[in-house]
Amino acid sequence: MVELDPWYVAGALAIAFAITLSLRALPFAVLKPLRKSRLVMAMGLWMPVGILAILAASTFVSTASVDWATVAKAVVAVAVTAAVHLWCGRRTLLSIGLGTLTFVALVNLL
Amino acid sequence: MSSEVASRPVNRRAEIAFGIRLSLPAGLGMFPIGIAFGLLVIQYGLPWWMAPALSIAVFAGSVELLLIGLIAAATPLATIALTTLLVNFRHVFYAFSFPLHVVKNPLARAYSVYALIDEAYAITAVNPRGWNGWRLLATQIAFQVYWVSGGLVGVLFASALPGPVEGLEFALCALFVTLTLDACRSRKEIPSLVMALACFGGALLLVPDSALFVGMLLFVAALAVRFLLTRKGAPDHG
Repeated sequence: MVELDPWYVAGALAIAFAITLSLRALPFAVLKPLRKSRLVMAMGLWMPVGILAILAASTFVSTASVDWATVAKAVVAVAVTAAVHLWCGRRTLLSIGLGTLTFVALVNLL
Repeated sequence: MSSEVASRPVNRRAEIAFGIRLSLPAGLGMFPIGIAFGLLVIQYGLPWWMAPALSIAVFAGSVELLLIGLIAAATPLATIALTTLLVNFRHVFYAFSFPLHVVKNPLARAYSVYALIDEAYAITAVNPRGWNGWRLLATQIAFQVYWVSGGLVGVLFASALPGPVEGLEFALCALFVTLTLDACRSRKEIPSLVMALACFGGALLLVPDSALFVGMLLFVAALAVRFLLTRKGAPDHG
């Protein structure tokens, strides 16, 4: 069990709560100027794929950065995830399930 | 499927039932991911109540999944703030079409904004007409019930396991791989994808301990430069 400082946990939850709620609520208050802001529109168009790719890369690093053998297993699991997702109709649960199963099997059986 | 309902007087029970029915297809996906979320909370050595605590305080699936790892590693609050801001930034655009105006009660309105998750936005985008307060609230509350209860089932299940399953945390990576593929539908997305991976790669080499934070900052800075450079022929599809 991780030793958690309750103040740290409370701070993390409060920050994530405040930022998420603000992002959801503010546009209702300031809808018009936002709608016209080309910077916001451009960011909305460009950001998601990049942020998601960074998150994929970051979670990959934290999962795989044990040794090179684990990196290789994680690469195989990513390939399985992507292949299942692209060729089996983008069924997220199926893709995540088979990808994770691949990695768990490789890590535990090899 | 529902355009005629708006003209009829609201039948509360029927509207709630219909709202729940609309929530079911997305709920079929949310519940199992909620279970995986609960499993990961235990897997990372966090107390079981972190699952419902995150799902009530934050209620944004992908950020919650990330926060498990970040909190377990005692990541600085600044990184948590920036990660939440950037991952949830897309919510800024949901207000443009979300039918919040059908919810009259101020408390219910507040809940509706708080619970404006991807699935809630998607369902109103797919069924743009016929919403009223009861139906919308029922759908959103049902979503949160699926998510919180999925997390609790996952926590229970993980506690019943003899030990942690090695490699299970790959589910997070797999989730973001599928989300990236879903966001990358056309060639127009390729420049952002390449820029992002280059920024993260650079950050990983320069500051391996805060690669996520620095990588995201570099990426946003790179996009700002891109915006300035392309402003004259700016994105017309925006």
